[in-house]
Amino acid sequence: MRDKQCTAEEVAAELRDGMTLGIGGWGSRRKPMALVRAILRSPVKNLRVVSYGGPDVGLLCAAGKVRELVFGFVTLDSIPYDPLFRKAREQDGLAVREWDEGMFYAGLQAAAQRLPFLPIRAGLGSDVPRNDPALRTVRSPYGDGEELLAVPALELDVALVHLNRADNHGNARYLGPDPYFDDLFCLAAKKRFVSCERLVSTAELAEGPPQTLLCNRTMVDGVVEIPRGAHFTSCAPDYGRDEKFQRAYADAPQNGLLSRLVSGSEQDYQAVVQEVS
Amino acid sequence: MTAAKTTVSRAEICVGACAELFRGDGEILVSPMSTVALIGARLAKLTFEPDLLLTDGEAGLLAEVPVLGDQSEPAREGWLPFRKVFELLAHGRRHVVMGANQVDQYGNQNISAIGEHSRPDRQLLGVRGSPGNTVNHRTSYWVPKHSPRSFVQAVDVVAGVGYDRATGSAGRFHDVYRVVSNLGVFDFDGPEHRMRLVSAHPGVELEEITESTGFPLHIGEFHTTPEPGPEALELIRTRLDPKNLRDREVRA
Repeated sequence: MRDKQCTAEEVAAELRDGMTLGIGGWGSRRKPMALVRAILRSPVKNLRVVSYGGPDVGLLCAAGKVRELVFGFVTLDSIPYDPLFRKAREQDGLAVREWDEGMFYAGLQAAAQRLPFLPIRAGLGSDVPRNDPALRTVRSPYGDGEELLAVPALELDVALVHLNRADNHGNARYLGPDPYFDDLFCLAAKKRFVSCERLVSTAELAEGPPQTLLCNRTMVDGVVEIPRGAHFTSCAPDYGRDEKFQRAYADAPQNGLLSRLVSGSEQDYQAVVQEVS
Repeated sequence: MTAAKTTVSRAEICVGACAELFRGDGEILVSPMSTVALIGARLAKLTFEPDLLLTDGEAGLLAEVPVLGDQSEPAREGWLPFRKVFELLAHGRRHVVMGANQVDQYGNQNISAIGEHSRPDRQLLGVRGSPGNTVNHRTSYWVPKHSPRSFVQAVDVVAGVGYDRATGSAGRFHDVYRVVSNLGVFDFDGPEHRMRLVSAHPGVELEEITESTGFPLHIGEFHTTPEPGPEALELIRTRLDPKNLRDREVRA
């Protein structure tokens, strides 16, 4: 079977200007932050980013990599608002497609199932369709005749997710309480990359409840072993969120850390981790 | 008893009012999004609505009502990751109590952005689950600082759907129930589903409420919000929130 091991740099090199990039995790939870940092260091630009947004979005915005964001929220969980995302919206007028969270789920499901859309009630009556004029409704062909929102498929060029364990063929497992939507991100994308806390043999990976084996080999093109690869977001049960570091990130526009976090090398980042912790 | 009554804090009145939001809800998931509403939901479960489902804020359903701020692992009775929350809310067996940066007289709510959506003056969370919540199941709001900035003539971005926009399929399961603020309790049973005063908290004058509201509030018959009884107060103070985190959310 194919050995899909690769490096974060090789993953970033797969991205082309203008591509649509899906990022797994949720808010400030199990985000593929090391892969995001590799993108910050790469020359790619004009990305369309699809994310249940957290600091992944803030950093990519601050680095000027984002042309458009498709999102339902951007939050750091313990800190409600991400200041780098706020700046991108308030000062730079970052273009967004702002959807209800459940619409976002439906859009990923539609792409995963190769459907053009899925009907949903969420969004009707709200300003979501007004602020995203490309959205259309669809009428039920059955007796009820209900008119529902037709959520278009969120097709991705590349998906990045971070999981607790994986083997080198692309089988991967989450160990925390929530899979989030990482399997759907992979199914919705043409190229799929998983970073993991620990690379293990297939036999070792298979130990434990089978239902937390979230990704199988057909869903993954590359595997990167990066311990603490979700830092500073949470990666339960391997580690919790680094709240101290997140506070420093949230204060980065004022505390002088912004350039080192956004455009520094991996060594710069790790040095900041040492200083802050 | 009279001595104890005078010491009931505004935050405790608000907790009691939030608990009342869930009266009659039965066996559904309740999702309070802030401290006071959370204590209210837990109080309701411990007193008059024992069948309510509560989450741990992540993917767990709580088997027992924990102490607020306690970091130890709570006992759980079930699993509800985010994807299952979307299924459950579409199924309708849920009552959410969200915050609102802005709410208008028809119950439209905004947590997305202030100003023009294309380049907001103030970027907030985004619409989050508000559009889906409000068209699928009962929704209430908790606003800890009642002011003309939060109770506005028209919200800048409609995240949560109000009565004037709940038409067609958006209206089929729409049920914006009540707003609790630090000043009073409100519903949408005024003319044309406009916001109506249900009760003013003890010590709050009607004038303070109308002056703090940026639109004409429907004032019919209203009462004084009841204080939590001795049993409820005991639960709030010793069992649910012994560190008094509720006072951080509501100015005394």
